[in-house]
Amino acid sequence: MDNTLRSLRFRREREDSWRQLETLLAQAERRSATSLSDDEMLAIPALYRAALSSLSVARATSLDQALIDYLEALCARAYFFVYGARSSLRERVDSFFARDWPHAVKLLWRETLAAALITLAGAITAFMLVSADPDWYSAFVSPEMANGREPAASTETLRATLYAGADEKSGLGVFATFLFTHNAQIAIFAFALGFAFCLPSSMLLAYNGCALGAMFAVFAARGLALEFAGWVFIHGVTELLAVILAGAAGLRIGWSIAFPGTLSRMQAAERAGRQGGVVMVGVVVMLFMAGLLEGFARQLITSDALRWTIAAATGAAWAAYFYRGDRSVDDRP
Amino acid sequence: MSTIALETRAEPDVRALVTPEGVDLRVRLAAVSERGIALIIDLCIIVGVLIALTLAAISVLSETSFKDSSEVAQIIWLLGFFLLRNFYFTLFECGSRAATPGKRLMGLRVVARDGAALTADAVVARNAMRELELYLPMIFLISRGEEVEAWIILSGIVWCGIFVLFPLFNRDRLRAGDLIAGTWVLKTPKQTLLPDLTSDSRAPDGLFAFSLAQLDVYGVKELQVLESVLRTADAAAMAAVAERIRTKIDWNKPASETDQEFLSAYYASLRRRLEQRLLFGVRKRDKHDRT
Repeated sequence: MDNTLRSLRFRREREDSWRQLETLLAQAERRSATSLSDDEMLAIPALYRAALSSLSVARATSLDQALIDYLEALCARAYFFVYGARSSLRERVDSFFARDWPHAVKLLWRETLAAALITLAGAITAFMLVSADPDWYSAFVSPEMANGREPAASTETLRATLYAGADEKSGLGVFATFLFTHNAQIAIFAFALGFAFCLPSSMLLAYNGCALGAMFAVFAARGLALEFAGWVFIHGVTELLAVILAGAAGLRIGWSIAFPGTLSRMQAAERAGRQGGVVMVGVVVMLFMAGLLEGFARQLITSDALRWTIAAATGAAWAAYFYRGDRSVDDRP
Repeated sequence: MSTIALETRAEPDVRALVTPEGVDLRVRLAAVSERGIALIIDLCIIVGVLIALTLAAISVLSETSFKDSSEVAQIIWLLGFFLLRNFYFTLFECGSRAATPGKRLMGLRVVARDGAALTADAVVARNAMRELELYLPMIFLISRGEEVEAWIILSGIVWCGIFVLFPLFNRDRLRAGDLIAGTWVLKTPKQTLLPDLTSDSRAPDGLFAFSLAQLDVYGVKELQVLESVLRTADAAAMAAVAERIRTKIDWNKPASETDQEFLSAYYASLRRRLEQRLLFGVRKRDKHDRT
């Protein structure tokens, strides 16, 4: 009778299929899954299940620790490959814009409303403070941000800042890029800050509103309210909405950690975080568009009416995109 | 059956990952040190690319007089910095290996805690939190404003301490981003299949005939220690182990017998005996197990 160990015979019978799986995985990981032929692609799940059953048997009958360690590592590698996400970039991008993003934004409507109100409250407060006493202005708007738009400036200077840039078109690209990266950083920050129980996010949102309100007060005092609004909202509709959404996603995380409801705190944080992740990808896209509008459109278009039209159009477009009804996904949070 | 195997190796960093087929893969959490090194490697890559990008931008700026190209250089630098800072981690972790180059070098990968496929939004959420955990403390370190009040510095230190040390204070070594995204970082070692110790040429059975009494002295735990001693093949360790076993089982050592031969033969016999009993449902865990 064959005197080799039963577990050794077991191993010899199956070793080849394990090695085959290992080679295929290595190839798929090194390059992409597309480098495998159809047959090889189909072989992986079958080989994976065979390895998995080998692992079960080995655990029950073999005392060769090296063998079990090997099979555990191999099965885990194959598991991640077989059950990992398998959609192409194109499919992912399509489903993101068609469903996932608007859906996630829609679910956040309460937080979005809260974030918008916080921003508005900041704006109104700053507006009233600066209207009453222009010295408050420097508390809300830093000098580099003000860039000459100060309470002490003459009406003509203020008016000029609203329409500047039209004659000097160079450097617009750099300016747009700078605005985009700067604002995106702030939005990501507003999102991440939500983790600390909503408070820092709310403060950031309120501060954002304050800067706007303070500037508005300065221009409104000179009778430039409409012109200023056109200057801000041509890109501001998109940009403010993006920052508000980022803050809303942050608020949701902080809120779910503080009040997890029937879920555990961990589960609640996880759910809010994933939803927020979807919103955040979209926020970066929105800020990119806002950067383009601010850097190019605002500098090139100096007609108030046109600025207002663009602002209204973007606002309507976002509202329709996010909140139009029936998207054939259930709306439970 | 596998539950028996589980209780023999209850290690603190092993977690259950049950596949849809119902097999527990027993994955291992990455150590904090490994994740730290992976992060340092990634940061080095980021800084390296940034320096290269800056040098390239400067050389373009200084060499060309066209205004357009200098503008392009600036845009590329600004965008490059932004993308590296925010999307270096995200892009790599969205790939099929779910690991940045640093993690890949350390044999780590990001995995959804529930065992399902890792989604892009989870990766985005986990990396957006880096803003708080990594970049804020770094900015805090770099900026040394002289007019900053003491309480701001203090609260900054507390803030950074909470986020930076977060992974040290929970069972699963999650950082705040992992917590939010429902992920954790696991080891995915590239294990090679080592040869079976009983497969190489053995001395004829007549030479090493162990009695059942001699074999029933030890259990699975000792067998596995013996396996690691044989695989390491350190002469001093083998001599010491062989000596102990010979004493324990009253083995008369013939003059020609080497420690290696003796240990291999004893390992094979012990494994045969224990595996036989395993088939009858008896698992002798260690030498104290009297089943």
